[in-house]
Amino acid sequence: MSISAQKINHIYSKGLADQTVALNDVSFDINDGEFVGIIGHTGSGKSTLLQHLNGLLKPDSGRIFINGRDITEKGVDMMEVRRSTGLVFQYPEYQLFEETVEKDIAFGPLNLGLSQEEAKDRAAEALAMVGLEPCEVAQKSPFDLSGGEKRRIAIAGVIAMKPRVLILDEPTAGLDPKAHKEILDMIEDIHKNEKNITILVSHKMDDIARLCDKILVMEKGTVVMTGTPQEIFSKGEELQAMGLDLPEAAQLILELKKRGIEKDETVLTMEQAERTLLEVLDKC
Amino acid sequence: MLRDITLGQYYSGESWIHRLDPRVKIIATLLFIVEIFIINSFEGFATAFGALIIVIAASKVPLRFIMRGLKPIFLIILFTFIVNLFIVDGEILVKIWIFTITKEGLYRAVFMAVRLILLIIGSSLLTLCTKPMSLTDGLESLMKPFKIIGVPAHELAMMMTIALRFIPTLIEETDKIMKAQQARGADFETGNIFRRAKHLIPILVPLFISAFRIAQDMAMAMEARCYHGGDNRTKMNGMKFAKRDAFAALLMLLFLAVIILGRVFL
Ligand SMILES: Nc1ncnc2c1ncn2[C@@H]1O[C@H](COP(=O)(O)OP(=O)(O)OP(=O)(O)O)[C@@H](O)[C@H]1O
Ligand SMILES: [Mg+2]
Repeated sequence: MSISAQKINHIYSKGLADQTVALNDVSFDINDGEFVGIIGHTGSGKSTLLQHLNGLLKPDSGRIFINGRDITEKGVDMMEVRRSTGLVFQYPEYQLFEETVEKDIAFGPLNLGLSQEEAKDRAAEALAMVGLEPCEVAQKSPFDLSGGEKRRIAIAGVIAMKPRVLILDEPTAGLDPKAHKEILDMIEDIHKNEKNITILVSHKMDDIARLCDKILVMEKGTVVMTGTPQEIFSKGEELQAMGLDLPEAAQLILELKKRGIEKDETVLTMEQAERTLLEVLDKC
Repeated sequence: MLRDITLGQYYSGESWIHRLDPRVKIIATLLFIVEIFIINSFEGFATAFGALIIVIAASKVPLRFIMRGLKPIFLIILFTFIVNLFIVDGEILVKIWIFTITKEGLYRAVFMAVRLILLIIGSSLLTLCTKPMSLTDGLESLMKPFKIIGVPAHELAMMMTIALRFIPTLIEETDKIMKAQQARGADFETGNIFRRAKHLIPILVPLFISAFRIAQDMAMAMEARCYHGGDNRTKMNGMKFAKRDAFAALLMLLFLAVIILGRVFL
């Protein structure tokens, strides 16, 4: 599995007074098994980009290849594209609609043409993957659950389709710290077990730094930087100029650097920061 | 695709028509509708069309934009045209199998179609050239005298304001929900009418829930800001009856006189 975007452009309300250029010559490559993070200020075009990757939006120009096949061409089987690329929207719990959790999760698999039995099995499997007890919640109404649980059900609804590419748009927005951590751990587990491509949009730089192999930084509809977390977060000042945060540990070291304490390598986790601080203190 | 709906849409501009007092525009539109029903000759319709074209030119709304608003109504116009064409008895012009077209039928069909088109263009001009919020302000002000007989003018206007305010929000919400379900493999484009109706459920249920959530938030936000109905409430930008409004009213009366005289003497 691989994804390649070549010079994609997208303009909303083309030709009208409120025309917005949401994507401007965006190109990138994602290889099999990678965990990719997308960061950028609000309105930088992240959600728009994600919707191109499973054909919900068509670019005005440019091409998108999934496994070498151009999905922007006419006559591409959209069902096939959506089977391989699962997209979890921002606040996905607002898409729940069925009477029971099980039926809601089975909606995707049934649309793929699976039998009732298979869809039920998929639902149970997906529930277990998102850390809920199938026999406990399967027959409940999704509207009787807590916000965090609803979020998991909605994610399970996409996971149950077994996509080879799992895309999540701010999956933890508006959740408390515990639910936040649980959902990210769950995403990490799924990525490790399934070896799928995972694409994560988040404003939490600590999560991005910890989980991702590669980061795309977006600003005003263009990809302005790509690289490993080390490469990206070593450019602390540039990121801050774009209105983006750094991981807390990197922030700390950047502040130290500003006060004249030299340190070459980029620090991403608190453990690394601790070591660096101890070294600095030893020297004093 | 959902964003292309223009019926009842505002076309922002700075023209003379745009700046008229909304009350004048509302009354003018109502009068125009009455006039269309007074008219009973093609000469009268030609006059009305002429007046409409002058107003459109003055409003600077592109004709293309107005026509786009007509598109969804086109089927209804076509339907009335065909029904009228075939059901009216009289002098037979053409006979195909069991269908007959009569002279009177043709006359009636064209007549009704012209009347409908005038009606729709006339009333859509009101919404094209008036901001939704001034429209409700105007309505509220016009309904005030009826308060004595118990018409809740302010409440009705507020309901309209809120409804108008949330149309784009709900369209956006629908778009989002549709996309989310499509991402789960839902297919809204193929299948017969029953299959399609069934496919509406995954859109409608979340949409209703969202609508109630939005309404609740809205009510809470209004209460938090001490909103308590219309009594003694003042407006931030009051309406003023200016010279151009008097001029517009004069034109309006002139047109009415022409139409009535035409009906009586022609
Ligand atoms: N359906 C739409 N119609 C018109 N303009 C849109 C639409 N969706 C997004 N936009 C505009 O496109 C630009 C990019 O929006 P997008 O939602 O992709 O940003 P984002 O990076 O996901 O932001 P956030 O972090 O707030 O989710 C914004 O300027 C937005 O106003
Ligand atoms: Mg977004």
